[in-house]
Amino acid sequence: MPLDFYLNATLSGALTGLVYGLMALGLSVIFGVVRVVNFAHGEMMTAAMYVAILLAAALGLDPLVAMFPIGALMFVAGYLLQRTLINPFIVRPEHTQFMLMVAVAIILVNAQLLIFGPNARNVQVEYALDSYAIGEIIIDKVRVYAALAALAVAAALFAFFRFTLTGKAIRACADNHLGAQVVGLNVKQLYAITFGIGAACVGAAGCMLLLLVDVTPVQGPGYTLLAFIIVIVGGMGSLTGALVAGLVIGVSEALGGLLILPSAKSMATFAILILVLLFRPEGLLGRRA
Amino acid sequence: MQNPTTGRMRSRRRILKAAAASAALSGVGFPAIVRGQSALNVGVLLPVSGPQAFIGQSCKRGADIAAEALGALGYKVPLKLMHADTETNVDVARSRAEKLINDGAHVLVGPFDSGAAAAIAQVAEQKGVPFVINIAAAPQITEQGYKYVFRNFPTARDIVGDGLALIGDLFRATNTAPRTAVFMHVTDTFGQAMRKGIGAALPKLDFLPFKVVETISYDLAARDLSVEIAKAKATRADFMLLVSRLNDAILLRREIVKQRWNMMGIVSPGSPGMYEEQYYKTLGPLANYAISNVPWYDPKAALTAVVDKAFTKRFPKDKLMFHALNVGYTFESLLIVADAFRRAQSTDANALTQAIRATDIKTRMMIGGPIKFNAKGQVEGNRSACVQNLNQRPTVVLPAASAEAKPVFPWPHYKSA
Repeated sequence: MPLDFYLNATLSGALTGLVYGLMALGLSVIFGVVRVVNFAHGEMMTAAMYVAILLAAALGLDPLVAMFPIGALMFVAGYLLQRTLINPFIVRPEHTQFMLMVAVAIILVNAQLLIFGPNARNVQVEYALDSYAIGEIIIDKVRVYAALAALAVAAALFAFFRFTLTGKAIRACADNHLGAQVVGLNVKQLYAITFGIGAACVGAAGCMLLLLVDVTPVQGPGYTLLAFIIVIVGGMGSLTGALVAGLVIGVSEALGGLLILPSAKSMATFAILILVLLFRPEGLLGRRA
Repeated sequence: MQNPTTGRMRSRRRILKAAAASAALSGVGFPAIVRGQSALNVGVLLPVSGPQAFIGQSCKRGADIAAEALGALGYKVPLKLMHADTETNVDVARSRAEKLINDGAHVLVGPFDSGAAAAIAQVAEQKGVPFVINIAAAPQITEQGYKYVFRNFPTARDIVGDGLALIGDLFRATNTAPRTAVFMHVTDTFGQAMRKGIGAALPKLDFLPFKVVETISYDLAARDLSVEIAKAKATRADFMLLVSRLNDAILLRREIVKQRWNMMGIVSPGSPGMYEEQYYKTLGPLANYAISNVPWYDPKAALTAVVDKAFTKRFPKDKLMFHALNVGYTFESLLIVADAFRRAQSTDANALTQAIRATDIKTRMMIGGPIKFNAKGQVEGNRSACVQNLNQRPTVVLPAASAEAKPVFPWPHYKSA
């Protein structure tokens, strides 16, 4: 097979991987601070994708533009979800947190089925079928746009945590929960903001992913699993790790499909997960316990 | 005992007499009531959600119009349809079949999927309930020696044989001779059965000018098929031989355009996807020129007119042509059930099974010979047509006798679509 096909696949996988990374970033932020694994993460993303479809149908909004109001909406939804439902479970055993989030996920899937039906839906943008050609390498335009948007959102998130007072306070909560309480930080409020930020991230990622794939209500659990794998591979709670692992998983899916068997491309993802768990259980960029 | 309203004394003898008279009257004077009480409960299993939801819902329309169309054909038998969603999941199909039987289904119909059909067939055999398959092509389903399983749909071998023969006809009709093909197929039970069938049949068909240079399988639930198309494009094959479902067929077509792959066309030797309404709705002009060699309906058949009328009445905004295969075979499976019930005059499983086995229906909607089951419970003689998407609608282009237009192959460059 010519070399340009491998380059094509690698580039395509990397671009998709950046969007995967942003999706997982939301999960990592929530886990890193609140210490709750959001098992409804993929379902929240599909909800955002459906909102993007509605906005495209009603107002003709491109999903890349719609990600701003949808991000804001998801922030509010995440904030309220944490304050009302999840907060009482923070101090409870992990299995009860797990059951709570799975229940939220099931409700979301079934609500989407009821409202939108089971058929795959998508948004057709003008540039949906366009591509850039550089010699023999053909790069899908929507993939480039989605990846650039993912990088921009990730950069904004990193800047927020590094340069703003709220961001620093959230990091303080993540580093030392008791210390944060002692110095008078409003931990409950910060947890809710963090959950909101995670939800906003996944909402934005959903808008970008909508350019690449169709959406169905039943695909949520698959994305939750994918985000979970990326976070484990990158290192639980590591933001950079999530982005890097997203890239690794995206490229491995693409090359695995080319080199092994297209129908077995998710095998490459799970192989990487097993290797990481065996040889670097803290993840690629995670800190040792 | 004293009746509180009349004040008369009721003796046990008087009550027994009244009961006997009532029983005699219900048997002689009100036979309609007896018939009404013995409606045939038909469990209809279809994938109305999940990856095959659109096709499942399309099939369901065949069941939805059955009462109207059967009435027009003179079948006055009372059928009570009990719908169940297999969710495009084999395990769900099995459990739904069990539940339908527990809830009183006398016969099962469905399920538009070979994997689900195999699972339901096992349940039907265990419970001794007849099962009439509407659409499912894996040959092994009727090779197991089952007593209660019947199929009015060609096996993958028959579909492949017909489909490949029609490809030869297509090349002759368009005076083309592609030398290479890349074969892409889904990995579900149907896709695997088709792969085996094509692998076995192709070497024997020396009149076909092409060789399969690469076989690429993919997951039915795949979110992205860019890698698969990249691999297919790398083969530089002249055309694509495709065994697909609906969503994946749409994803593939989009990806072919994105990757600027200009080949001669896509030909399905017998699979769903490219003639479905959703394919046209989603892809618009890009849906044109795809070819599917599939079991199809006879637009000139008298039964087609009856079904079309019932369909238009029930779904006035829709057109039968976009649901032809799904509605046609689903309706015919209910026709088989109604016909057997009329002859058996019983809901007893064994009587129904015997009646279904003795089916001989000559007036059909679908192309092929009469509906008669062989010893394995399989109808032989269902035939395919070469259906090409032209002007965003399925159009029969071969065989020439039934053709509505001439085939277009190779397809024009997608930018002119």
